[in-house]
Amino acid sequence: MSAAPILPPPLDAARRPVRSSGRRAFAVLARSPRGAYALIVLGLLLAVCLLSFAWLPADPNNGSAYDAWLPPSPEHWLGTDGSGRDLAARLIAGSRVTVLVVLGAALVSGAVGLLLAVPAALGPRWARETLAILIDVLIAFPTLLLAIMLAAVFGGGLAIVIVAVGIGYGVSIGRVVRAELRQVATEDYVLAARAAGLGRGAILRTHLLPGIAPVFTVQLSLSMGLAILAEAGLTYLGFGAPIGVPSWGRMLEESQAFIAVHPVVVLWPGLAITLTVLAFYLLGDALRDAMDPTLRSGRRADGGAR
Amino acid sequence: MSRFLVIRALTLTAGLLLASLIVFASLRLLPGDVAQVIGGTTASPQRIAELRAQLGLDRPIVLQYLDWVGGIFTGDLGRSIVSGSPISTELAEKAQVTVPLTLYALLVALLLALPLGVLAAYRRDALPSRALSVLGVGAAAVPIVWAGLLGTVVFSAWLGWLPSQGFPRDGWADPPAAIRSLTLPALTIGLVVGAILFRFVRSATLNALGAEHVRTAMSQGRTRLGALVRHGLPGVGLSIVSLLGLQLAELLVGAVVVEQLFSLPGLGRMLVEDVGNRDLVKVQSTLFVLTAVILVLGALIDVLHRLIDPRLRVESEEER
Repeated sequence: MSAAPILPPPLDAARRPVRSSGRRAFAVLARSPRGAYALIVLGLLLAVCLLSFAWLPADPNNGSAYDAWLPPSPEHWLGTDGSGRDLAARLIAGSRVTVLVVLGAALVSGAVGLLLAVPAALGPRWARETLAILIDVLIAFPTLLLAIMLAAVFGGGLAIVIVAVGIGYGVSIGRVVRAELRQVATEDYVLAARAAGLGRGAILRTHLLPGIAPVFTVQLSLSMGLAILAEAGLTYLGFGAPIGVPSWGRMLEESQAFIAVHPVVVLWPGLAITLTVLAFYLLGDALRDAMDPTLRSGRRADGGAR
Repeated sequence: MSRFLVIRALTLTAGLLLASLIVFASLRLLPGDVAQVIGGTTASPQRIAELRAQLGLDRPIVLQYLDWVGGIFTGDLGRSIVSGSPISTELAEKAQVTVPLTLYALLVALLLALPLGVLAAYRRDALPSRALSVLGVGAAAVPIVWAGLLGTVVFSAWLGWLPSQGFPRDGWADPPAAIRSLTLPALTIGLVVGAILFRFVRSATLNALGAEHVRTAMSQGRTRLGALVRHGLPGVGLSIVSLLGLQLAELLVGAVVVEQLFSLPGLGRMLVEDVGNRDLVKVQSTLFVLTAVILVLGALIDVLHRLIDPRLRVESEEER
């Protein structure tokens, strides 16, 4: 430490804020009302999902016809559906599909986004121009149509939902991250690093990727929320979760036939979806404020609004 | 400007080409033989061979692609495998439901988002505005199916104001009846897309209120409202125009789900049925037409934006 000449101290100094800002971001996140709401709802979702593997209030897939359309009671918290299945059990079991789709979509869309954005922002000129056009075209291709196209070839299923949503929102992430990368790449500290002789890979790792991390995380949490909406829509259309797998989208679909007689049944899955999606939206907002004060809503509102 | 037009036309062409390649390749090159898929697992080898010949699948893939693209230029999108009628005719028929539905939904979305978005930003700290903003975020998180089902419960089952299923058999012969049957679907899409637009309008108006030229106008004696209306809102309007391209895709997706939900005989419902029927040629042509519409309208909106936004005329050359 005593012998360290010029380089180590600045490197150390440059690193420490990045790490501690992550921890500080979490604290800030939990303190803001939006962040707190998001953490509570998402924590609850995860807990309910894990719980569902160990315990369910009733069998979510089988019920007795004698129990059809029971009102809420201590035995059936939310009542039962037309096949006598316990609605609370179906709602709890349905969280598995939601968590699966969210994690899958986050993984695929994050990877697609970065793989598109890095060469589109930093690659050679031909790669940048080709990818710019590719991103523009793919953006115009609605995720739902992509999913329908894949379903036409492979048949439906959750894997189709995850791949379609992952590619669809991955392109949006790629577009936003590409713009951000191009901007960060012209920042003084990046130019300085390049002038100091740091290699391309090293600059990408130590300066560019941390630089886009706030924007990337915000986009990722948005795409996780949108993935839940897409699952609901696709399952409703018959391309998502297969029949027999309890999911919130399936519950919405099944409630339609009896909507005039039993409208209350429509409420639960819709509420569950809306509250969860809202949590991801607000998580995005709160993360943006917590991780990067220069992105605070208002100053660059139109860049981060979606 | 002319340079911009040329570049935009070139990227549009490249985009259309790419879209046609993606749609074609996905439906033809991915594992699974189209003829096998159409014939089903029980089809005999002769039946498969017949189907292949009938679909032109025994010819080189490049020729098949050129055939298809060439057909598009002459308005020939191929024939439906199931019904045997020309795809272009069926598309035109179904568009009579989907296009009005989309425009109606866009109107609803704009009528909701523009006034409320400006208001929520203008009176930022007032309690109703804050409630409105929370509501806006919440509405953007509502799955479109749920919005439609709740609308059915309230407006159809309880109040009995609007029909919840179907479209008049004779189409637009009775315009009021047709519009009535499109109202609940359009409100459903309009609410969800409007909620997304609302957030954009609100943040754009907030930006405008803080912009230097608006603050300058205020310092010169204009009222806050006057400065916003005279100097701020034109910019807000322009940024909304540039957003409409992306919202189009959103509206279309909404239409696909909502047509299924309300049993409307439109393009989206047709597409879902065709996928169920394994009518892959029709799925391919329909998907391409929908994407092409979005790409072309997106390009037109870009040009329009360029024409009406004086700032873009000045900095006409973009660095790429």
